[in-house]
Amino acid sequence: MQVPAPFEYARASTVDEAIELLGRHGAGARLVAGGHSLLPMMKLRLARPDALVDINGLSDLDYIRVDGDEIAIGAMTRHAGVLGSAVLAEHYRIFAEAERVIADPIVRNRGTVGGSLCQADPAEDLSAVFAALRGTAVVRSASGSRTVALREFHTGPYETVVGEGEILVEVRVPIRTHLGSAYEKVERRAGDWAIAAAGAFVQLDDAGAVRDVGLGLAAVGAEHYTCEEAEDLLRGRPLSDEAIAEAAALCAQRCQPQADQRGPVDYKRHLVGVLVGRALRRSAGRARGEEV
Amino acid sequence: MRISVRVNGDEASGDVEPRLLLVHYLRQTLGLTGTHWGCDTSNCGACTVLLDGVPVKSCTVLAVMADGHAVTTVEGLATSDGLDPVQEGFMQEHGLQCGFCTPGMMLTARALLDRDPDPDEATIREAISGNLCRCTGYENIVRAIRWAAGHPAAEVAKEASL
Ligand SMILES: Cc1cc2nc3c(=O)[nH]c(=O)nc-3n(C[C@H](O)[C@H](O)[C@H](O)COP(=O)(O)OP(=O)(O)OC[C@H]3O[C@@H](n4cnc5c(N)ncnc54)[C@H](O)[C@@H]3O)c2cc1C
Ligand code: FES
Ligand code: FES
Repeated sequence: MQVPAPFEYARASTVDEAIELLGRHGAGARLVAGGHSLLPMMKLRLARPDALVDINGLSDLDYIRVDGDEIAIGAMTRHAGVLGSAVLAEHYRIFAEAERVIADPIVRNRGTVGGSLCQADPAEDLSAVFAALRGTAVVRSASGSRTVALREFHTGPYETVVGEGEILVEVRVPIRTHLGSAYEKVERRAGDWAIAAAGAFVQLDDAGAVRDVGLGLAAVGAEHYTCEEAEDLLRGRPLSDEAIAEAAALCAQRCQPQADQRGPVDYKRHLVGVLVGRALRRSAGRARGEEV
Repeated sequence: MRISVRVNGDEASGDVEPRLLLVHYLRQTLGLTGTHWGCDTSNCGACTVLLDGVPVKSCTVLAVMADGHAVTTVEGLATSDGLDPVQEGFMQEHGLQCGFCTPGMMLTARALLDRDPDPDEATIREAISGNLCRCTGYENIVRAIRWAAGHPAAEVAKEASL
């Protein structure tokens, strides 16, 4: 039987209270959202917090809404909420496509957007999605709130810029027009973490050239879950087969996958090439209004 | 820590350690062993219960997180009018063999039907994709849930009383 080591438990009903409780319990305290990454780690003693501050009561952080020219997603939004969101379906198909292959429906009832990003697992699908879309994170502490680009949010595997006494409260994504987006993932079996995954958005101008593009990569050791060189290579060019192949090859070359039970390095690089190509092609098709 | 949880309609309260998992609270503290405990890693779904009507894997929820909330276990499916249509469906369509996955399956099915009373096969398969069954090959489980969709509560109760 796996049981976490003892810890103190406190429940927050507001963001301010959560911050205060974190402060009161000091360096050994951790927030718990859905608990679907943290509790398994505590069972295995990979994490051993002295105190948990439960933020499941912060239902005011469970929202997805248009806010000016951005979409704002509250940190306590569950995966199921992202999957079912009409606002996200209208603007970014990438979200539902990624969510449909994150774990299973029951895990998705519990796991949250904030927990996913803060867990910073190298295979976290939403980290790749938000990296592709160049979202921003809103982080609060006792001294106020700050905004961090999601591409600078993760400082390494299982590490983020969220410091002691801080809480991620919201993620924001710019609304773009003439746009298509898509997510591609290969997994060993339904509900598993990715062997490799790639997401993209493509924005086309009137002449059919790439006005802007974003790429996201999960599980393959891509720096900041993306490949900016491949994005630079595509911007301003027509999205020809050659351009797609070049960008896909560059992603495959630049990422740094590790061999593990999910596969060897060359296989993962190969997948990156294939999946980036597919994600770009489907995004471009959608940007042109095709049903893909 | 003192908690108070509404389990199958009845208030249960007592002192628990914060590290106690909901599955063990239900099985050991309350003696409700209908909730099965399998992989312990939130993969198999045997421990699925409804938390405020939503299926969750109780091996990855703390008992203290259920404080002030409502939990439904398989023991809470039947009412004084008889079995839940989902339970009746599992009987009619042979939706189980060893029965280990069955409580979790039935609660997931109940929550699905509450949301979508007439789901097609693909929707059912998607909904139960977090509940693993090593015996049946799923065919009869899908049929059992379809049976329940075709026999809403009132009908089952009527048949039972005939
Ligand atoms: C069986 C299974 C399969 C899975 N498969 C996938 C998959 O295929 N792809 C995928 O991407 N994910 C997968 N996941 C992970 C899933 O997405 C988790 O739910 C998610 O990683 C963590 O979210 P949580 O809310 O449960 O976080 P928690 O476990 O509660 O927290 C995780 C970490 O984030 C911190 N934290 C949480 N919220 C905040 C906040 N607002 N501010 C600051 N810090 C915070 C916590 O302190 C902790 O360190 C899987 C999980 C399981 C159990
Ligand atoms: S015992 Fe909880 S999912 Fe397997
Ligand atoms: S009936 Fe045996 S595991 Fe499903």
